Amino acid sequence: MRAVASPATGDAGFAVPAARGTWRPWLLVAPLLAFLAAFFLVPLGQVLVMSVTDPEPGFGHFVAIATDGFFLRVLAQTFATALLVAVLTLLLGFPLAYAMAEAGPRMAALMMVLVTMSFWTSFLVRTYAWMVILGKSGPIAWLSATLLGGAPPELLFTRFSSTLAMVHILIPYMVLSLYAALRRIEPAVLRSAASLGAPPVSVFRHVILPLAAPGVVNGLTLVFVLCLGFYVTPVLIGSPREQMIAGVIGHQVEEFLAFGEASALSVVLLASTMIVLGVYHRRFGLDRLWG
Amino acid sequence: MDGAYLEIRDLVKSYDGKTRALDRVSLSARRGEFVTFLGPSGSGKTTTLMVIAGFEAPDAGLVRVAGQSMAGVPPHKRGIGVVFQNYALFPHRTALQNVMFPLLMRKVPRAQAARKAAEMLDLVGLADFGNRHPRQLSGGQQQRVALARALVFDPTLLLLDEPLGALDKNLREQMQLEIKRIQRALHVTTVFVTHDQSEAMALSDRIVVFEGGRIQQDATPLEIYNRPRTEFVARFVGDSNLLRARITDPGAGIAEVEGLGPSRVLPQQAQVLPNGQGTLLLRPEALAPAEADAPNRLVLAVEEVVHFGDSALLIGRAGGVTLRARIGGRAAQGIGAGAQVPLGWRPDAAHLIGA
Repeated sequence: MRAVASPATGDAGFAVPAARGTWRPWLLVAPLLAFLAAFFLVPLGQVLVMSVTDPEPGFGHFVAIATDGFFLRVLAQTFATALLVAVLTLLLGFPLAYAMAEAGPRMAALMMVLVTMSFWTSFLVRTYAWMVILGKSGPIAWLSATLLGGAPPELLFTRFSSTLAMVHILIPYMVLSLYAALRRIEPAVLRSAASLGAPPVSVFRHVILPLAAPGVVNGLTLVFVLCLGFYVTPVLIGSPREQMIAGVIGHQVEEFLAFGEASALSVVLLASTMIVLGVYHRRFGLDRLWG
Repeated sequence: MDGAYLEIRDLVKSYDGKTRALDRVSLSARRGEFVTFLGPSGSGKTTTLMVIAGFEAPDAGLVRVAGQSMAGVPPHKRGIGVVFQNYALFPHRTALQNVMFPLLMRKVPRAQAARKAAEMLDLVGLADFGNRHPRQLSGGQQQRVALARALVFDPTLLLLDEPLGALDKNLREQMQLEIKRIQRALHVTTVFVTHDQSEAMALSDRIVVFEGGRIQQDATPLEIYNRPRTEFVARFVGDSNLLRARITDPGAGIAEVEGLGPSRVLPQQAQVLPNGQGTLLLRPEALAPAEADAPNRLVLAVEEVVHFGDSALLIGRAGGVTLRARIGGRAAQGIGAGAQVPLGWRPDAAHLIGA
């Protein structure tokens, strides 16, 4: 809500207090703020502190991350995977979102239910589902053995399987972002483009694509940021040799009890996410990210 | 039909297979003519426009433009300029780029397209606004850009779908004159869709009145106003008093009119009325303060007076029917509710509609 700058004076001479409600809204969000402070800000602060104090004070962990080939490789791997997943969701999601925007109300509602149903199903369940589908006794292995014979291809625990599962899990974000943008395009604008001499391909290129661009940027940003911190899926079905940063953080804590190192990696991950969102915010405004 | 530039014959269109959105619609327009489709919403006027533009396919019937059948021709190959109700400008392009679009689609070199688009923006009075985006323009300005964009490629036809509906009254009147001026200057055959009868009267060479998917009347604005063919047209265009009438003496032109008793009407109209029954249309301005020679007279018991300054509307009762009379503003001074005002009307100021 935007505040009215000047204190308006009504006909009867009532002055609307300029400072109206400066503290009252805070009262409304106080419970939420208290909750966030206790269970989010404090632990986050602890992580920040730990990253420079555990086991001894100093920026040793950050220096290690910046110089150690392993960590740099993990970071690069994480960014590359997030980018790949974001682009793949865009390529796969656009035709679906476009079909939804073009469909009649009943069909669009049905497609929306299908998209959101997958959205509501726990990603853990969906990850296990991929383990079954891609596993050694799964349908794909069986099909390949019956049709081609010989040993089935290694699908599970590869970069392919984790990327595939993450694309599947994150694609609803992309579809909903694109759908929101496509739905905002006035049908009359498309009709006018046609009446002005644009064949369907040109209407798509010169009108639909540019007008869908905000949805494309939103979807890419959302999927990229969510993918950066993905933990369960790459750990469960990804390649052990090509880990993503969240998996490495978990590994550090669980296997080595290296809380300081894990904290420092977390700070790097958090900072990366903030940078991406910061760039988005400067360019488009963060309040538009969720459509 | 000779000389018909736009020809529409027996268009039938149904969306649900039961009710007909268009029921054998036939009409034609000469080159350079300004034709208005007038009717309430759901009357078929916009559907007919969309069939002409190629956005709707008719179930039956044909559309010919300049002698060419439009059957199976997609919208982008028709070369028809359309201005939509909410302008439908491309929000991501400037005014100039919007106007250039149809030229670029026709493979006109960019520099030439820019020159021609700028000329067209100049014609609609927006020479200095080429670099603005639609959101930086007022409603009226967006309307002009839409008009320029629909005209820049020398369309065979210009179709306007309620283009002034979103504008306020003053701007609407200004844009009416503007559209008329540009249409005359370019001599482009134009079909204008509106539900606003005064807009139709002000702009058109010819008005086609639609109702229930059918054409009720197709005539000049004055013909429509003075000699409506049906009660619907009489009611829809202008203010009206409609009274049941029965011809008692066709030769002398005497009719028994509801509430007014025996009245003089035009014999040539009385004689063609089927079974001597019909409806008498008295426009409010046909009822004038009675003079000695007025052949039909009545006394109006005034119940309400609405002053417009230049004229006033008297609403009252005479002979058990409610009548509306429009008289000069000066003559109305001093008349209030409860006044008994003598009024008269001439046979040639009335019109008989067949029942």
